[in-house]
Amino acid sequence: MARVWTFGSNVDTDQILPGRFAPYLVGEENLGKYPFCELRPEFAREVRPGDLIAAGANFGCGSSREYAPLALKRVGVGAILAPSFARIFYRNALNLGIPLFEVPWTGELCDGEVVTLDLARGLLLTDHGVYRLPEPPAFVRAIWEAGGLVAYVRRHGRFPGEEARP
Amino acid sequence: MAQTLVEQIISHAAGRPVRAGELVVVPVDLAMAVDSIAPSIIRILREDLGKERVMDPDRVAIVIDHVAPPSTVAVAEAQAALRRFAAEQGIRHFFDVGRGVCHQVLVEERLAAPGRIVVGSDSHSTSYGAVGALGTGMGASDVALIWATGRTWLRVPETIRVEVQGRFRPGVGAKDLALWLAGRIGADGAAYQALEFHGVEAFSLAQRFTLCNLAVEMGAKVGITFPSGEVADQFPPPDWLHLPAEDAPYARRVVCPLDDIGPQIAVPPHVDQVVDLEALGRVPVDVVFLGSCTNGRLEDLRTAAAILRGRRVARGVRFLVCPASHRVLEAAAAEGTLQVLLEAGAVLLPPGCGPCLGRHLGVLGPGEVCLSTANRNFRGRMGSPEARIYLGSPAVAAATALAGTIAAPDISLDEA
Repeated sequence: MARVWTFGSNVDTDQILPGRFAPYLVGEENLGKYPFCELRPEFAREVRPGDLIAAGANFGCGSSREYAPLALKRVGVGAILAPSFARIFYRNALNLGIPLFEVPWTGELCDGEVVTLDLARGLLLTDHGVYRLPEPPAFVRAIWEAGGLVAYVRRHGRFPGEEARP
Repeated sequence: MAQTLVEQIISHAAGRPVRAGELVVVPVDLAMAVDSIAPSIIRILREDLGKERVMDPDRVAIVIDHVAPPSTVAVAEAQAALRRFAAEQGIRHFFDVGRGVCHQVLVEERLAAPGRIVVGSDSHSTSYGAVGALGTGMGASDVALIWATGRTWLRVPETIRVEVQGRFRPGVGAKDLALWLAGRIGADGAAYQALEFHGVEAFSLAQRFTLCNLAVEMGAKVGITFPSGEVADQFPPPDWLHLPAEDAPYARRVVCPLDDIGPQIAVPPHVDQVVDLEALGRVPVDVVFLGSCTNGRLEDLRTAAAILRGRRVARGVRFLVCPASHRVLEAAAAEGTLQVLLEAGAVLLPPGCGPCLGRHLGVLGPGEVCLSTANRNFRGRMGSPEARIYLGSPAVAAATALAGTIAAPDISLDEA
C-alpha cells in the first residue's frame, strides 16, 4: 500500500530540493529533511517508504543536482510517474535505481489516494482501475536490479549492454 | 549518409556510425566537477566504486565557482579537501576561487573544443556547444563513473534544426533570441534532444555561448553550433566535423525570424513564460544582476556599459555585477568598461556563479524583485521563495538599473 503524492507540471529541481539546502551546505546526513520543503512542507514529515510521486510533464527540470532524486530515494519514494521527465533528472534517478515511468495518465490519480504498485507485473492497482506500466528496456531493468548504475559497474566492470572489456 | 553534429561527434567517439535513438557507451574527453558536487563525486568514487585514483587526471577538471569564496566553515573545509584531492591525484585542470564560472573557464582554457565530448556536473554544460563541442550536464554518479572508467553511456539524441534568419534589431541580442525560442517551444520543447543552431555564422563566441547555455532550459541534452566566422578562427573544427546538410535526419525545424524579435522577459517562475518586454507593464525592481555563465562575458559588460555611461542607477536599486571569469574582469578593467559600471553605481562581485543560485553574494529576501541576466527564475532559486526573478538581456539589465523598473534599452545609446 502506498500513498500518492501529486504534483503539477514543470516541477523544477529547486522545488524538489532547493539549492540552499544542498548537502554541501547542510550536510549529506540531513538530505532526507528537505525534499519539497518549500513546495509541500509536510512531505518530508509524512512520506512513507514506498509512496509514489505522480506529477505532470517535465518533472525535475533545471539543475543537474543528483541530490534532488537522492533526497527522494533517502525518504524511500517507491516510484515516480509523469508524462515526461527532464533529461538529467531522469538519468540521475535511473542511475540511483529509482523506478521511473513515463505514463500519460498521472492526472487521473488523486493526491492522498492509496494504491498498490506491483513492479513485478508492471501494474498500478487503484480503487478506480488498474493501470499498466510501460515495460522498461533491458538497460533500465539491469540498473534497477543492481540497485543503481554505480553498483552495476562495480559488480560487472562495464556498463549495461557494453561488451566485456579485457 | 548525412549526420547531425551530435551524430558526427558520437560516431567519431564510438568508432562507428551511430544514429539518433541508439544507446552507446563512449569515451569522454573531459569530465568537469564544480565545488558543490565534487565532494559527492569523490565519495562515490572512493566508497561506492572502491577507486583510489581517477583513471586519467588530464581528463578531469575541477572548478570552485558555485560558492566562491566560501560562505561557511563547512564549505571552506569542503573546498580545502578539493584542493588536496586535486594535488594528490595530479589534476592540472584545477581552477580555484575567483578564476570564474566553470563553463567560461573551460572555454577560455580550450578544454572545450570542437568535436570533443565534455561532460560537466552542471546542467549548463550545454554551453560548450558554442565552440562545437558536445557538452552536456550529468549528476554525481555519472561523473564519478567517468572519472573511474573514462566512459559514459549516452542515448544518441534526435536533433532539432533551429534556423536563425535575418538580423538582430537594435538593443536585441542572443539572450532575447534564446528566451523567445524557450517561449516558443517550451521548457520541455527539446527534451532529450539536441538543438543545432544554423544561420549564426555572424554570431560572436559570446552570443553562441548564451544560446547554447540556455538550451538546457528547453530540456535539451545539447545545444550546438558549427564553428564558423570568428569562432572558427579561434576554434577550428577537426577535419572530420562538417556543417550538417539540410537533409540530415532532423526531428523537426524551427525558424527564428530575428527581425520580428524585440527584448524578451521570462516572467517568474518559469523560463518558458516569456513575454515581449513592451507587454510586461510596470515592474519595479530591488536588484539587477548582471553576470552568470549565461551573460557575464566582456561583450555583455560592454553592452551594459554603453547604456550606463555617464549615468547613475536608480535610487534603491542594487546593481550587482559579476564577471564570468577573472580574464573577463581584467579585460573589462583594462579597457575602461569596469570603470563605467562602477561610476554608474555597480557593486562588483568576485568572478564565479555569484547570486544566481541563491547561496551567497546577494540572496533575495521575501517580496524582493530581481531582474537577472542569468538562466533560471524558479521559485526560491535566488533565495526566498517569496522573491520574484525576471530574466532578461544585459541591455535590459542596464536599462532597468537606470529606470528602477524593468525597461527596454534606449536604442539611441546602445552600440549593439
